Order: sequence, then C-alpha cells, then structure tokens
Amino acid sequence: MQPISATNDFVVKFANVNGSGSASANELFARAVLRMGVPVASRNIFPSNIQGLPTWYEVRVSGEGWLGRRGGVDLMVAMNPQTWDKDVASIDPGGYLLYDSTKPLPAAKPRKDVTLLPVPLTEMCNRAYSDPRKRQLFKNVTYIGALAFLLGIEASAVQWLIAEKFEGKETLIAPNLQAFNLGYDYAREHLKNSCLLKLARTDKVGNRIFIGGNEAAALGCVWGGAAVCAWYPITPSTSVAEYFTKHCERYRVDPVSKKNRYAVVQAEDEIAAIGMVLGANWNGARAFTATSGPGISLMQEFFGFAYYAEVPAVVFDIQRGGPSTGMPTRTQQSDLLLAAYAGHGDTKHVMLFPEDPREAFEFAAAAFDLAERLQTPIFVMSDLDIAMNDWLCKPFVWEKDRKLDRGKVMTAEDLEAGKTFGRYLDVDGDAIPYRTLPGTHPRLGAYFTRGSSHDSQARYTEEGNLYVAGMQRLLKKFETAKSLVPQPIERSAKEKAKHGVIYYGSTSGAMNEALDALERQGFRLDALRVRAFPFPENVVDFINAHESVFLVEQNRDAQLQKLLVNECAIDPARFISILHYDGTPITARFITGAIADRLKLAKAKEAAE
Amino acid sequence: MTYITKPKLHHPGLATNKLGFTHRDYEGRISTLCAGCGHDSISAAVIQACFELDIEPHRVAKLSGIGCSSKTPDYFLGQSHGFNAVHGRMPSVLTGANLANRELIYLGVSGDGDSASIGLGQFAHCLRRGVNMVYVCENNGVYGLTKGQFSATADKGSKAKSGAINADSPIDLVSLAIMLGATFVARGFSGDRKQLVPLIKAAISHQGSAVLDIISPCVTFNNHAGSTKSFDFVRAHNEAVNRLDYVPAEKEITVDYKEGSTEIVRQHDGSVLKLAKLRSDYDPSSRVAALAHLQGRQEAGEIATGLLFLDPEPEDLHGHLNTIDAPLNRLGQDELCPGTDALEAVNAEYR
Repeated sequence: MQPISATNDFVVKFANVNGSGSASANELFARAVLRMGVPVASRNIFPSNIQGLPTWYEVRVSGEGWLGRRGGVDLMVAMNPQTWDKDVASIDPGGYLLYDSTKPLPAAKPRKDVTLLPVPLTEMCNRAYSDPRKRQLFKNVTYIGALAFLLGIEASAVQWLIAEKFEGKETLIAPNLQAFNLGYDYAREHLKNSCLLKLARTDKVGNRIFIGGNEAAALGCVWGGAAVCAWYPITPSTSVAEYFTKHCERYRVDPVSKKNRYAVVQAEDEIAAIGMVLGANWNGARAFTATSGPGISLMQEFFGFAYYAEVPAVVFDIQRGGPSTGMPTRTQQSDLLLAAYAGHGDTKHVMLFPEDPREAFEFAAAAFDLAERLQTPIFVMSDLDIAMNDWLCKPFVWEKDRKLDRGKVMTAEDLEAGKTFGRYLDVDGDAIPYRTLPGTHPRLGAYFTRGSSHDSQARYTEEGNLYVAGMQRLLKKFETAKSLVPQPIERSAKEKAKHGVIYYGSTSGAMNEALDALERQGFRLDALRVRAFPFPENVVDFINAHESVFLVEQNRDAQLQKLLVNECAIDPARFISILHYDGTPITARFITGAIADRLKLAKAKEAAE
Repeated sequence: MTYITKPKLHHPGLATNKLGFTHRDYEGRISTLCAGCGHDSISAAVIQACFELDIEPHRVAKLSGIGCSSKTPDYFLGQSHGFNAVHGRMPSVLTGANLANRELIYLGVSGDGDSASIGLGQFAHCLRRGVNMVYVCENNGVYGLTKGQFSATADKGSKAKSGAINADSPIDLVSLAIMLGATFVARGFSGDRKQLVPLIKAAISHQGSAVLDIISPCVTFNNHAGSTKSFDFVRAHNEAVNRLDYVPAEKEITVDYKEGSTEIVRQHDGSVLKLAKLRSDYDPSSRVAALAHLQGRQEAGEIATGLLFLDPEPEDLHGHLNTIDAPLNRLGQDELCPGTDALEAVNAEYR
C-alpha cells in the first residue's frame, strides 16, 4: 500500500478528550496553515457535555479552496484512548496515524495500510514540566510542533501566531514555544521523511478572514444597530449573545458618560426573551434574540402575535439536530417548516439562509432593516456548522454611505401636519402601514397593539369582511417581501443543462466542490442557491426551465422542497431530493455520489428506450 | 350601554390640573365589563391618580395580558399607546419596552388569572430584575373572562359559583413580591378608593418595581357567600396596616397626626409618603416583618391592606445594566453603527 502523497490537499483529524485544552492547540494549527496562504476548512465535532467526552477537530487543507467537508481522513492525530479503534478505522488507506507512543500500542500494528507516526508526548512533557495541568495542556502544543515539521509548516509562522495569541499574557508565550519546539525537534530527529503530506505556500487565502458564524452574526447585530438583546442559553446559539455583549463593550459605550448604548438581558426562558424583543421593537429600539429549534417551538405563540399585530423582531435560529432535544451539538437544517409557519392560524414568516459567516454578518444587519421595513419577525436560519466553526470567508463590508432603514414611522410633525394615520392602513399600496412609537404625540397617534382581530384603525372588530381584508393585506405584504429579501444566486453550467440543483445555507461549501466534480465526470447541472423565503419569482422560473431539479437538504423531510410545493404550486414530481441529516456537515463526496448515481440511472434508462 | 359613545364636550366648570387637562382627558373608552365590576373602580382610581399627578397621558405606556382586567387599559388614558400581550406574558413585553425608552411611565395591568398561573414566572422575574414599573394585579380569585374557574389566588375552602370547593393552597402575590425584591408592595381594594388612589400615586412615582395587588370582586362569578373575594367578605376582613397620604415633591409637608404614629418617607423623586399607622407594630421597611405579618393575617382569614413594604431607595434594571440616560430608542445611526473603518479593523484581526 502506497502512503498517500499530497500537497495542499488532505484532511487532518484530531481526536481529543474535551476539556483537555486541545481546541486551542488545534486552532493554532489551522491558523498556521492559513498564514501560509493555503485555504483550510476546519470543523469541530464536539459532544453535548462539558468535560471528559470525545471531541474531534477536522482540518481540511485545500489549495483549490474547497470549504465544505470532503469526507475521509488522511492523517489522524489520535489522543483519545476511548475512541482509538474508531479513529484508526476511519483513516483512509495509505493514511497516517500520529499518536502518543509513551505507552506501547495495544495491538502490534493497528493497520497494515497506515503509516505510524509515534511521538512520546507524555514522556517528553513529563520531563519538561512538573505541574500536572501544564503536562496535560502542553501535550497538545507538542504534537502541533511535530505536525508542523512533518507537513512542512514554517516554524516561524507558528511562533508568530503564538506571540499574537498570547499578546498581553506574555508569560505564556515561552512555555508554549517550548512545547512547540519539543515536538518539532523530536519529529525532525526521528520522523524525517515519514510523511508525504506537504504544505506549500500559496496566495490562495488572499485578504479573506477566518471567523465563526456566531461571532459574525453578533457583529452584524452591532453594525445593524441592535440596541437590545434578550436571550436564553441554549446550544449552539449562546455565543451569539456573548459575542454581542463583547463587541458592544468595545463599540457601544458612550465615551463621555461611560454608560452603555445597549442592553443585554438573559431572560428566564425563551418565551420571556421573545417577549422582551417584541416590547423593545414595539417601542422603537432594534432588538433580537438568538436560539435554536427548541426555543423556536416555545416562542411560537409570540411569533403568531408579532405576525398579526405586525411587530418587528429579529430571531436567529441556529439550527441543530432535532426533533425535541435531538442532538444539541450536531448540525441540521430542519426548522424551516417550523419557522415558515410558526404560530397557530394562517401565518407566514420571512426567513434568510446565510451560507457562511460572511453572509451571517450581512444577513444579520439586513434582518433589522427588513424587520422594521416589513414590521414583522425575520428569521435568520443559521446552523451549528456555520455557527460553531471558523470559516474562511470574504471580509465584511459596510459601505460608507449606507443608512439604516427604520421603516415607516410617523413622527409628531407628521401627525401635527394632519397626515392620515391608521395603524393598519395601507396608504402606499405595498401593504405596509405606518406605525407610531409610544410617547410621540399628546393627542394623536395612540393605538392598541393586540393579537385580536382589528380594523385598519387598530380597533377591535369581529366583522368578517374587515378581518379578511386585514389577512389579505398580510399576504400582500409577504409578496412585497419577495423583492426586498436576499435574492437567489444562480450558477449556470458551461452549456445549458437539462437538470438543475437547488440548495441553501451551509450546503454551499460542499455543493461548489460537487458541481466541479460532477462537471469533470461529464454531468452538467445549473445551480441555484436560495437565500430567503418567500421565494422570488426567478426560483420558479429556474425550476420550470429544467427537466428535473435536485434539491439538496440537510433534513429528513425535504423541508425546502415542501415549501416550494406549498408556496409556488409546483408538482413534487419535478424534484429529486438529496437528503443528508446524520448531524455531520454534508460532504462533497456525498452530493457528487448521490447526484451522479441518479444521473447515470437516468442516462441508462434513456439509452434503453 | 357600550354602543353609546362618550360625548366630546364637557362641563366648562370641570377642574383642571397643572397641565390644563380635565379628568376627561385621562379617560379611555366606555367599559364593556359587567355593571358593578371592581375593575371599573380601579380604572377610575387610575384616572384620578394620573390626573392628580399632572401626568401627560401620552407619556404612559399601558401593557396588559389577557383577561377581564387586561381589557381595562382600553378604558383609561385614551392618548396612551397600549399593548395587549398574550396570556401571562405582559411582564416580558413591558421589560423590553422599558429598555427601549426609560422615560415613559409603564403601567402593567394584569389579573390573578393572568399573573398567578401561566404568568407566575414572568411576574417573579420582572420583579427580581427590578423593572421600573407599576404592576397592577386586579385580583378576584377567578377567571372571569372564561366564566368563573378558580384562579390560583382563590383561598383554600372557598366556594365557586357552581358550588365547587377549592382544595388547592392559594398563591399570595404580595408575599411573593416582597420575597422577590420588589421595592414597593401594596394591597388595596377596589371598593375603597380613598385608600387606593394614594397607593397608585405613590406606586407611579416610585422609581423601581411597584406591585399593587388590588382585590377587585367579580360581581358575576365570585361575589356570593362562600367567596373570600366578595365585596362583603373583603369589607368584613379588611385590615389596613396604614393609611397613605401622597404629597408631591413641590408641596410642603404638614404633620397633623399624633406624634409617633405617622411615618414620613421621602422617595427618590422628592415626593413624600405620609404613612399613618393603623397598627402601631407594623413596619413597612422590613421584608421579614412584612412577610410574617402577612402569613399571620392569612392564617386568621384576614386581608392585610395598605402599603406593606417600601424601599425608598430602589435600584432598577437600567441601573444594573448601566444604560445611558437618554432612551435607547433615540440613538441615531452614528451612535449605533461603528462604521466602515471600524469594520476594516475587525477584518484585520481575523486574518
């Protein structure tokens, strides 16, 4: 068996015990590769626990710039005895196994087709350090040192990173460098020429940034003018609120009074959180909450209220494995139907589907404009894959002349001037009325916001025709939303293709790579990335322009497909579902295989006829 | 007779307050509650209190939940914005609204049905946080709007209109409020406006969480023999611990009570509360003593009313969050959005 030989194209997977300090060291590795200008796609696979359970960190090195999961492992760093067998079995034939050789291996040779890279980590660290915590922590940095030599990472790049990382805590720099050098020197002495996976400097990273989705969303909230965040802790959305607080402490403290231009409240539950968000938005302050599936379920009553009473809100659903408690630390795209129709009665909500942290930032900021313009809740449908991993993405942009859109708010001057006001009156034909903020005018503009049926003047009514008129206007408002939300992005094949593929959200990384692979196999597909609901007209046009359309989703019940069938009256037979929902991020290999199989079958059928 | 609209004209001799407003300017729509409902008396007391305090009606935000009591904001302060939330969830909405604009006066109107069951959590947590508000609970021991089921404040052994006996232990919102950190806790009775109006005025001027539990008999479903929240029962078992006179900041204080039996408490906004003790041993500055007294009276089947607890130097949520003095909803783009250059600096940190 020939050992795998590759430059800038391999997958390194770290198997650790969580709470052991490995995350920090592993991230150092990913960033070192990036500093060499080589793109990486890194992913955490962590358990629903605080300490002591298995956790994996997968770094895909891709000189071509593919950001989705590839599938498979070329080099395994196996640091967790509990998962040893599984980890060793998961290495691709011809791959490599780096492990702590202080203790002898259980079996003589775990696999014949895998190259062993033994490094006596425990022994080295026990010699170098006396503190038990240091001995444990620095083992991780030591194996990073060994890896650096084996793969050809410039030592200076890592040393530079360590210095940056511990800026302000200089006493930590020296021991980290020491641990790194321990591993680096050992590998240079004992493992020269053992590994044919190599890194070579390129310029592919460019000016891109490496950041996580939740932090990006939080930054989008700051730039988007959010003044209030009410939230309840749940995996994987908690860090949205934490990053928001962190960045507000930087950007939202009045320089003179030293007081805060923001408020963050950890509510007693998700229902209280969304209640606070609605109260704040009703009273003219941009407010948001971040939660996951279980929280969206709880908040439904208020979503229906906000839909009907037309109160703005921004809600981040960082989707995770469902249903119920599901898999709290695994990814999925399974809350679409829930969010689209949240609340009893006839409701419809706007959803945005960011593909990566860059869009998480953009869509977060846009969500506040949309919420106030449309006077309705806006759901930003992120997922754990985007939220809790660092992604290489284009830098964030804020145009110099960009203005926040505060929507239709009638001022005291407008009211004094005699402008007609009715809270639910369609004055402009776009089905969006004006609202007034509490405390605006002594005599004019006051009204009740309620979930009960109302006429255009916000008066309670049980008259059927008035109720219907209001409900129809809400439908029309939803139509208006079609032109305001992020539009789909189309990518045509080199020649017009018979088949199309639709996808959304974090699937895009793997999808881009799959399209390339399929093209090379002779399968041409036009692709459309849906970025919001309601679906603009060109989504329907795209579907009608193709014989059949593949729909790639990370849920069991083909939820986007169902929305398309529901909302656009499309025959479900036009779709071929490609579904992946085991909680791991979808891979290019999976998509390529699934689509190619179907297309081969179709070709064979055609040939037979 | 709610199909008759209120006349727009009023008697020229009607008294005006400092703002030149009459009593009528603090009214809302005609009530659709049952004739004789206790809640209508409370609405009248709110109107009187706001009139006497020279409050600008549009600077009040009225929030409520679902229930008969939650309908009442329609019947007072017609120039104020109102928010009828969903059942039991008024406190969270009020908290958010308050965060957005700390300058308005927040009246949260609820009932025992809305606050003591589904709303118990939100009741507790808005008080824990010290939200600056007046929490009015119009307490009649039943779910009026859904026709007479026991609420969680119904006393054990009390009888429903249907004849059923309540076997569950009651929740006392006043004791809970004291335990949870509310800084102004009082109980009143819709049938005693003289006691109630000063309590409302004091609560509105209190700069912290003020809770007013107001027994408000439901004439349709809980005003019969066997009820412990009927007019008759409350009148017979009402034990006021003190009588409150509210003196606005500008007025001079005259002491005309017996020495030692009147307490003068100055609130943070300068207003003064003159507490005439009706029980010489009652100390409204001690949570522990207040709780003991309340438990004792409850066991004896008596209803303690009056200003039960007061912390004249309350903290509030805005203080805890160290928010700017100006309302958050007035912040402009320059103060909210860090801008293009700052974002470029962020990008640089993540390369």
